[in-house]
Amino acid sequence: MLPLNAALFLSAILFAIGTAGVVVRRNAIILFMCIELMLNAANLAFVALSPYAGIDGQVIVFFVIAVAAAEAAVGLAIIIAVFRHAESVDIRNFSLLRW
Amino acid sequence: MTLDFASQADYLLALLPEIVLSLWAMLVLMVDVFQKGNRVEASRPVVAWLSLAGLVVTAAANGWLLTIEEAAVTGMVAVDSFRVFVNFIVLIAAALAILISIGYLDRRGINRGEFYALLLFATVGMMLLGAARDLILLFLALELMSVALYVLVGFDRRDPRSSEGALKYFLLGSFSSGFLLYGIALVFGSARSTNLSAIVPLLPSLQESPMFLIGAGLLLVGLAFKVAVMPFHVWTPDAYDGAPTPVTALMATGVKAAAFAAFIRVFAVGFAGIYNEWSVVLSWLALLTMFGANLIALTQGSVKRMLAYSSIAHAGYLLVAVLAANAYGAAAFLFYLLVYTLMTAGAFGIVIANSRGANELNKLDDYAGFGWREPLLGAVFSIFLLSLAGFPLTGGFIGKLYILRSSLEAGNVELAVSLVLASVISYFYYLRVVVVMYMRPAPAEEANRTVLLTGPGQLAMSVSAVAVLALFFVPGWVLDVAQRSVASLFTVPGTFFGLGP
Repeated sequence: MLPLNAALFLSAILFAIGTAGVVVRRNAIILFMCIELMLNAANLAFVALSPYAGIDGQVIVFFVIAVAAAEAAVGLAIIIAVFRHAESVDIRNFSLLRW
Repeated sequence: MTLDFASQADYLLALLPEIVLSLWAMLVLMVDVFQKGNRVEASRPVVAWLSLAGLVVTAAANGWLLTIEEAAVTGMVAVDSFRVFVNFIVLIAAALAILISIGYLDRRGINRGEFYALLLFATVGMMLLGAARDLILLFLALELMSVALYVLVGFDRRDPRSSEGALKYFLLGSFSSGFLLYGIALVFGSARSTNLSAIVPLLPSLQESPMFLIGAGLLLVGLAFKVAVMPFHVWTPDAYDGAPTPVTALMATGVKAAAFAAFIRVFAVGFAGIYNEWSVVLSWLALLTMFGANLIALTQGSVKRMLAYSSIAHAGYLLVAVLAANAYGAAAFLFYLLVYTLMTAGAFGIVIANSRGANELNKLDDYAGFGWREPLLGAVFSIFLLSLAGFPLTGGFIGKLYILRSSLEAGNVELAVSLVLASVISYFYYLRVVVVMYMRPAPAEEANRTVLLTGPGQLAMSVSAVAVLALFFVPGWVLDVAQRSVASLFTVPGTFFGLGP
């Protein structure tokens, strides 16, 4: 069986990649993908921990998948609404509101 | 009646207010659809009144919760008077948001039934957030609230500002949810449970576990994003400014109330064993928020944006109450939350009243002469602004006094001093609006402008203003209720401070 540390290490790396992506990238769709990566890194951690910490971990993953799906629906709709105004999904273009 | 959660049916009783409101929100959606058929037109006023009726029924169910007790404080859903108090505040915030949206939505051409249904669903999320004693329920409640709010912020999709605010809120909101969820995963891994009551006895051994401490830190960051504490506030001014104003009012009041209630439940009560670790971080955040937000608010030319920064500054004051982490702090927190909800929602209601057509006039100059043109609303706005600043004769003063007292009781002298200094800075920008309102004459073409707040909205503003004043003159009974409400969270000392009965 895969050792726990390896799985947790992988999930930490995925989480870090997701976080770094949100900070560095400027395309709204890519930002959204990076956020999904962060949620899935947490899912991986829950599943990897569940043999040690209890079956709850696997149940939680299903809740998170459902929440991520709802977020995707709303998020993509918002990105489309913004695209209609700006003809772009580059977040550097959005400075109507600042400070 | 006592609930021991042995059978699943007990959860139905414990969640009765939330279940009632969820079903009612679906009803609102259905009524709207059946009334319109396949015509594209504005919703009838009945939809708004039906939503308000739903809030009243929910409030009744919420009051009924006081008659039931839980056998042990281990359930996923807390059934205690703290939750009931927070629920009432959230319901008041939602009711004020609906009352000021009547008429406003028509003017902007966004009067759709989904607005009210989504507003009610967001309210359900807030209520669950104040009840969550399990980190997973906390996450689900937060998402239920946030997803509904992402849509509400961008509800006027033809307005680029609204869409832009929604995008920023969505990206940063879900980013913070990622932090929160990863924090929950790490806490789950180290404590082997997500239930706070199961984690509490393990805290002495977990204190040394880096995995647990990192998890708690990520949880703190996730919650700090939601309550808009500096430096996690970057989304707040944009989302508050871009959103339709009734949504801004709800976000500034209900969301903050619910997320701070979760803060108290998770940190002040659940993680009390590692107080020394989290209080250091949170104290710095509170200091930064109080001074930073007040200083930036000074530079704002738009009243709506100034109120957004004012709500960030108030998050700092509320953090001081959370940091007291004792019964005094929690009671002061509940009291201040009630005053804050009334005065902030009221101030946003005036922003609606002083707009023209679909155009929102938020510049400071647009308020010139407002006090003489609209004597009633001008007086009401002055009361809200003075209360936000914490002047005597308003509820905001008493609220700040209680927070100061609880902070001194906990030995956080620096925080108490900073709170006073930060409030002094805030006097300037609150009073500036009052001065412009009364001292500067209105431009000639503006002299005949009529106020754009409908009767129900004006009534709600006036009642809120009277309540803000009443909370100064007779704060005793509210404070008494607040004190009894925190008894299930903290051991209550024999005597409470202040002007109680």
